[in-house]
Amino acid sequence: MTVTIQQPIRRPLRHSDSIIAELRGATKRYGTTCALNKVDFVVRRGEIVSLLGPNGAGKTTAVRLLLGLTPPTEGMVNVFGGDPRNPVNRLQTGAMLQVGRVPETLKVREHIDLFSSYYANPMPLAEVIEAAGLKGLENKPFGELSGGQRQRALFALAICGDPDLLFLDEPTVGLDVEARRLLWDEIRKLVARGKTVLLTTHYLQEADALANRIVVINRGEIVAQGSPADIKAQTAGRKIRCVSRVPVEEVRALEGVMEVKQDRDALEIHVSQAEPVLRELLARDMTVRDLEVTSAGLEEAFLALTQNNNGNSVESR
Amino acid sequence: MSATAPVLTNLVSRGGQPNLVRIFAKEAKYEFLKSIRLPVFAVSTILLPIMFYVLFGLLLNNKSGDFPITTFLIATYGTFGVMGAALFGFGVGMTVERGQGWLELKRASPMPPYAYFAAKVSTSMIFGAIISLSLLLIGIVFGGVHLAAWQMVKMVSVLVFGCVPFCALGLAIGYFAKPNSAPAMVNLIYLPLSFCSGLWVPVQFLPKTLQHFATYLPPYHLSQLALNVVGIGQGGSQWWHVRALIGATLLFLGIARIGYSRDQGKLYG
Repeated sequence: MTVTIQQPIRRPLRHSDSIIAELRGATKRYGTTCALNKVDFVVRRGEIVSLLGPNGAGKTTAVRLLLGLTPPTEGMVNVFGGDPRNPVNRLQTGAMLQVGRVPETLKVREHIDLFSSYYANPMPLAEVIEAAGLKGLENKPFGELSGGQRQRALFALAICGDPDLLFLDEPTVGLDVEARRLLWDEIRKLVARGKTVLLTTHYLQEADALANRIVVINRGEIVAQGSPADIKAQTAGRKIRCVSRVPVEEVRALEGVMEVKQDRDALEIHVSQAEPVLRELLARDMTVRDLEVTSAGLEEAFLALTQNNNGNSVESR
Repeated sequence: MSATAPVLTNLVSRGGQPNLVRIFAKEAKYEFLKSIRLPVFAVSTILLPIMFYVLFGLLLNNKSGDFPITTFLIATYGTFGVMGAALFGFGVGMTVERGQGWLELKRASPMPPYAYFAAKVSTSMIFGAIISLSLLLIGIVFGGVHLAAWQMVKMVSVLVFGCVPFCALGLAIGYFAKPNSAPAMVNLIYLPLSFCSGLWVPVQFLPKTLQHFATYLPPYHLSQLALNVVGIGQGGSQWWHVRALIGATLLFLGIARIGYSRDQGKLYG
């Protein structure tokens, strides 16, 4: 039996690490503003990687580089082991970008039909409609869709070619909670089918819920990367809230306390480990009340990472 | 070995290539549907030249002398019409799609880039055909226009293919204009260009300096080509007009190329 390989494009996949997309030392300057500064990260086969950062952090620029829409000022962009602009690579790629306006007089079905024709083995229309939650909207002109429906239609255009690699730039912007969860389910299903997803978001919860790996980016630089658990572990773990007579200065001096804030009559104490501080606090003040211990959420982790961004960026593997 | 096996089957099962002809056909079909369903565009590009023709060719025509004004105006309003279809359809259409991120999504897709432009050109051509055929029909039925069959075919073909330089101009505008200002910018080019090229008032009735100036304008040359079909051109060889139109097309493509390169380094909100 002979197997003819028509395009020698998948050569890099023979490496066991199966890196599908990567930025290496990628810098992008637009005039004098530096949108990305020496950014390195990889996306491996079958992963959902989330690029997490505030608005203007450089997430969209990273996606544009990986899609070959703009060349890097310095550094390397690799997709399927080659140039992202290679038409053969584009056949394996789907993208959902932030589009201001889509031609409004064409129907949802027509838009999908057209984008499907670009690919060699597109999904059947009914499957795309189902996966994007567009049932009953097939014959609606794009201009008559609500904001959430538009996002789902753009998602449909990204997946209709059944590509191996998906770039989703802020996919759930403007979606309500329910629609967001539905889209998350669809993204998880894609990965279950062996697809690879790079997703940008400024919703921390979204990155936490979906990603295997989070790359935190701020002001064009990577601040941290790792699993959601890693990222959370990189900032202090616990937050103690209580009403106490112990003065703020004294609490601050306790071992393991990183930050104390007075919030009305309560203290908000950020600590690395809750137990030793609690023992000390209870020993000094018998009247401690309204005690609450919570884990610092991804939200806090994220804020800490992006705010204390003066050189001490954390690398985790 | 076992690790490469799934990759290989994967490759074999999806090793096909999309059908290029189908992509171009669908792109063109949907580009046309998109435009024809947009009343602002469809009505203004098709009805405006027809309205002008009915008004100035049929209603206000005082039948002065033996000048075949109704035939003359088919050529000039036909030129006016195809120019409008190309400038608004290609130029404004592309500016809006580029400025609002739609073109970028298309570029990120595996669509062959030429399909996008070919679809816009073919849509301009179809609109050009609709406009020139309508003018011909009205002229024959109501304006006493007598043309041989070959003249009609030739006139319509000249006008349909004559949209190419204006598509090139539309492309250049598409790379330089901003979505909000594009319609105004196109009108600022379109209307003076039409007047100075003698599309509304025949060139020989324009002041001397303008008459000379007209020979530098592409619509003048296209209208002369169309007029030559019926033997009422105002001078200059066929080849000169064709050369002028090819030159204009190349010039506009060059400008578009500069705009494209400039675009590469830019960021959109």
